[in-house]
Amino acid sequence: MTFRRWLVLGVVAVTAPFGDTLLSIGMTRVGPVSLHHLSTLIYALKTPQILFGIALLICFFSSYLASLSWADLTFVLPASSIGNVIVALLARFWKHEHISPTRWLGILLITAAVGFVARGPSYTEVPHPHESTELEPEVEPR
Amino acid sequence: MNFFTLHRGWADAAMIGAIVAFATVGDVMIASAMRSIGDLDDIRAHRGLIGAILAVLGSPRFLLGVSFMALSFFSLLFALSHADLSLVAPASASLTFVTNAIAAKFFLHENVDHRRWIAAVLVCAGVALMAM
Repeated sequence: MTFRRWLVLGVVAVTAPFGDTLLSIGMTRVGPVSLHHLSTLIYALKTPQILFGIALLICFFSSYLASLSWADLTFVLPASSIGNVIVALLARFWKHEHISPTRWLGILLITAAVGFVARGPSYTEVPHPHESTELEPEVEPR
Repeated sequence: MNFFTLHRGWADAAMIGAIVAFATVGDVMIASAMRSIGDLDDIRAHRGLIGAILAVLGSPRFLLGVSFMALSFFSLLFALSHADLSLVAPASASLTFVTNAIAAKFFLHENVDHRRWIAAVLVCAGVALMAM
């Protein structure tokens, strides 16, 4: 793993929680969506917070795709979960929000998880990449 | 009173279940597509950014995965308008880590060793604790 690839994982980590938070703020402004008026979800796209949230999620998605082309799904997901910790630490030291001991424990667990996967291999090497990447299990030749 | 207020617990569980199921199928399809396409850095070096984008968009498996991710996204928007963010976001996020680890092992044949299982469970628990 090069520094550039860790940087891409960093973008994956940061843009996802910030994008989700903006979507939440936007949907709170839109209000409850009824099953009978699902078209409201389309009108929700005009809300600035939702648009900015979607822009951040597009950044997340392109970085996520790039990372999945050179790393395993089970490596990328835990490694990029450090974004939750970054958001919590920003809330604590920038917005001076209170963080309960339970949340500190959650931060500790996620940080430990990132440490676990970061020390292991990032990609499962397979002998025949184009054959073994199929969703169907490989069948041994008789 | 509608269904969502009468059966709050079941409705929340169903909405979270839908988000997790769609996200897991989408993640596995997309990861499988990206693996078969190859290293995007190499493709971009040889064929440029447009070539890399076309390589991704030309994969039917990727497009199917994106469709499932879109279903998950709209399920999330729908759920956020009925349930609290502090419940829906961490519950769906934490459960997705475990379901993805299981799906990656069986469908992507990834080497999910004890290190990655522990990481998936720690993140799942950590995300849940941070929401409390």
